[in-house]
Amino acid sequence: MSSRRHRRLSSGGNIDQSKSITFGFNGKSLIGYEGDTIASALLANGVKTVTRSFKFHRPRGVVTAGCEEPNALLNVDFGAGSIPLVRTTTTPLKKGMKVESLCGYPSVRFDVARVLDYTRVLWPAGFYNKIFKWPNWHVFEWAIRRMAGVGRLPRGEDPTRYAHINGHCGLLVVGGGPEGLRAALDAARSGIDVIIAEQDSVLGGSLHIDPEPIDGTSPKKWLEGVADQLASYTNVRIMTSATVVGYYDHNVLTIHDRSAATSQRNALEVYWKVRAARVVLATGATEQPMLFGNNDLPGVMLSRAVLTYAKRYGVNCGDRIVAVVNNDLAWRDLLAAADAGASVRAVVDVRETPSPELCRLARERGIEIHLGATPLRAVGHSAVKAFEFLMGSAQSRIQCDVLAMSGGMNPTSDLYSQAGGKLRYDESLACFVPDHCEQRVKTVGAASGIFSQSSEYDIAPRTYAPVSTRSQWVDFRHDVTISDLELAVRENYVSVEHMKRYTTTGMSVDQGKTSNLNALIVLGSLTERKPGEVGTTTYRPQFMPVTMGAIAGNRRGDFYAPPRLLAAHEWHVQHGAEFDDYGGWKRPAFYGRDREQSIEREVQLVRNGVGIFDGSPLGKIEVKGPDAAEFLNRIYVNTVPTLKAGKVRYGLMLNENGVVIDDGVFVRLADDHFLINTTSGSADRIADWLEEWRQCEWPNLDVVTLPVTSQWAVATLAGPASRDVLARMPGMIDLSTESFPHMSFSERRFDDGFPFRIQRVSYSGEMSFELSVPAGRAVQLFETLADLGREAGLAPFGIEALMVLRTEKGFLHVGVDTDGTTNPLDVGFGGIVANKKGDFIGARSLRRPADQGHGRRQLTGFIVSGDHQVHAGAHFVAAGTGDPTSQGFVTSAFRSPTLGRTIGLGLLERGSEREGEKIEIFDNGQRIQGEVTSPCFYDPDGSRMRA
Amino acid sequence: MLQINCPYCGCRDEIEFRCGGESHIKRPSPEVTDVVWGDYLFNRDNPVGIHLERWLHTYGCGLWFNVARHTVTHEILAVYEMGGRRPDVPDSTERVTDR
Repeated sequence: MSSRRHRRLSSGGNIDQSKSITFGFNGKSLIGYEGDTIASALLANGVKTVTRSFKFHRPRGVVTAGCEEPNALLNVDFGAGSIPLVRTTTTPLKKGMKVESLCGYPSVRFDVARVLDYTRVLWPAGFYNKIFKWPNWHVFEWAIRRMAGVGRLPRGEDPTRYAHINGHCGLLVVGGGPEGLRAALDAARSGIDVIIAEQDSVLGGSLHIDPEPIDGTSPKKWLEGVADQLASYTNVRIMTSATVVGYYDHNVLTIHDRSAATSQRNALEVYWKVRAARVVLATGATEQPMLFGNNDLPGVMLSRAVLTYAKRYGVNCGDRIVAVVNNDLAWRDLLAAADAGASVRAVVDVRETPSPELCRLARERGIEIHLGATPLRAVGHSAVKAFEFLMGSAQSRIQCDVLAMSGGMNPTSDLYSQAGGKLRYDESLACFVPDHCEQRVKTVGAASGIFSQSSEYDIAPRTYAPVSTRSQWVDFRHDVTISDLELAVRENYVSVEHMKRYTTTGMSVDQGKTSNLNALIVLGSLTERKPGEVGTTTYRPQFMPVTMGAIAGNRRGDFYAPPRLLAAHEWHVQHGAEFDDYGGWKRPAFYGRDREQSIEREVQLVRNGVGIFDGSPLGKIEVKGPDAAEFLNRIYVNTVPTLKAGKVRYGLMLNENGVVIDDGVFVRLADDHFLINTTSGSADRIADWLEEWRQCEWPNLDVVTLPVTSQWAVATLAGPASRDVLARMPGMIDLSTESFPHMSFSERRFDDGFPFRIQRVSYSGEMSFELSVPAGRAVQLFETLADLGREAGLAPFGIEALMVLRTEKGFLHVGVDTDGTTNPLDVGFGGIVANKKGDFIGARSLRRPADQGHGRRQLTGFIVSGDHQVHAGAHFVAAGTGDPTSQGFVTSAFRSPTLGRTIGLGLLERGSEREGEKIEIFDNGQRIQGEVTSPCFYDPDGSRMRA
Repeated sequence: MLQINCPYCGCRDEIEFRCGGESHIKRPSPEVTDVVWGDYLFNRDNPVGIHLERWLHTYGCGLWFNVARHTVTHEILAVYEMGGRRPDVPDSTERVTDR
């Protein structure tokens, strides 16, 4: 295979030819050297086609020598599974790497799917929206995704460790090229804390390829001198292999730092968040491709890449390198490439009169010159073989194996734009340059449009070739041609943002670093607008892809959302609890193995004997001060000031829109002191809610609030035998109904001095006591009660049984039986609202016609005929008519062990007026017969819980 | 990420705070019409320019305070206590045309 010949120059470059590295490419073993990137090693081994294109499976080769690479994004196995879309142009070569093309069957050199290329007139932009419509896209999606070259994810555990570090500095310099180093050094000398971040593994940037002397010395010497000086300052942190990927408000920048990836098996990546007083962007510029026929053939590369491979990596990319350019800088790059050993044979310039000095230097090196050319096309099937262009009206053809192209530079403005900076099209530079930004940021060097230290930068206006637009690639990565842009314009996607989304130009993982500018130049030309009028699309983080793990940091596994464990967690474990997540807490759902049987047993236990329940997560907030009663009277729908000390009342809270947001009981501990209970999941939110109203709306009320939820562990004893068990507890108060009736509260101390709180309230419908002790005593409390209750058959019950119990009783569960539209009138609190004196949150909203209106969905009960199960979310529909119109929905439904049938609660239109009416429940395609009932199925007069 | 100068704790990162939306909204008496009440509930200014808004230092002192923030540049021009007078900051439109 002649194309596979060794292309390494005998000397030169920053590589160490004494240290060879063996690596694999598509199953073959190849050799590179220390200092190589994967791409430079592939080129040195004569590899032309590195992958197949995303859509048409055209052969593609390495185009660039930097992070802007659109093609050479390959699967690389670093030793722990294959990583897709690795930028081989920036990834240092390591021993044993296995590199694979993303797609290509049977091989990347011969891909049967290239039939798509020969028929590509059939597959224009957005083809899948137009063609794969019947029966639907999902039928085709699988095959299309498989065809597309998007890589494969590694399987198994990621061995890389990830960390986050927050940092700050006086100056953050992005980019370690000459201008960045200068800025860093200036700041370092004046004592400012400096961070300099360079994405390359070494500092230097263009100094590695630019032969021009700097400050009167060679670039290499200059770099060594400045790097030494910087290293001597203690106020300078130099970061290499560290890409600044995001620029956020108030000068916060994120850095993806791979410098600590020391070994292949135990790598570490760090994600930095740095707040910088000032930022200097020395991010350089990106050379842009030219537009001509077949400009995507393997062997067509950027001219700066040809220079970089020759000078930095000692690789001569071709035996006959021909260049097609439109600017002076490219000439300088090509001359430098020739001096470094690249076989540059000819330069074709679209301009009539480039700098005579450059022409002279080219002739001295035996390079052919063609001026005033009109580029037509690259010729070749699997790699470039020749280049055709017009001289006047005469067509010329020139043989080549590498076609170096340069469409001029474009400043790398991604971060500047992310910072909120505005760009301006500069006609003389034919690119977008930074204009102004509100953040404290400055651009320097090529990033600000200064492309050459010592000379003028002359460039011809950007254009495209007078050949078929279907053969001129704008976006290599996403296989977008000029004809796709023409189609977008024909279909009126003329805004740059619409064009981008319709054609997907610039939307692949390379983010259009080599395609966006050409795309909007073409769009401008098709719509007769100047580039500045077309504008750019929005740049967003990340500048380069960042490993998901780096963004997650250590928030993985149990650290992602650490569960809150009950103080008596171990006790529940010992008693066979099955845990589930409830509002951030891990709580016992039921005790035992079989879910249904356990729930039924626990329900029977509470109805007939006594059960113990861990109610610790119940929200507890203390409210104290002379105005505490007045404050809470404005918070609750229910009247607060009339409550006597030691008594408990149930209350609803609304938001200002009149919607029920929480419920629970509140206790008056003393005249000026209340303890309020919230639902477990809302404890934090309601504490915030009270404070917002207290601080922002009623600062004149003399009151303070204090959340105490996790200070107290709560054991709820429920069931007819609960009083007998609790009464045996040493130091317990008199629990008789006469001295401690339902809705009472007492606070005492045990004999050993520890306080306890006890309230007689019920969510199960049975006699029930909630006993609170300091959280540290939780296990002791549960053990004591279990001992005392042994004879009575006491056993624990979980949340699921409690949900059945409260549904049988018809007790509301806010957020389950209510939604974001439910007001207190809908859940049977109309009388309480009418009797309330004074304003409260949401009161005014309840007077709106829509809140009073008929046809609102109201809380109602229902029973189901026969043995059917129904599920929450099933819809109520009219009985017997077949009318599918929803009249509301089921919110809670259970098979009731107590009643021996399926019961439920729901929100039903005019539900309160419809008791006894037949209804159908539409559940998973079935219409189930049912009947509307009162919400309360069990002990409607409450004699059991008051007993 | 904004850096907010909490009047009670000093400069902290935005992640410690929660924004509570527009400030200086007067809660009407319950006697107002549905239209006035609806305006209070739902309608907020959305200026291109200075926005007076209230923030809570959730993971700090737990106190609410007011911030004058430019909605385009995110520049924070003033920080002041709840119930404090509107700060003397330039009119929104004036600043926008200045830029």
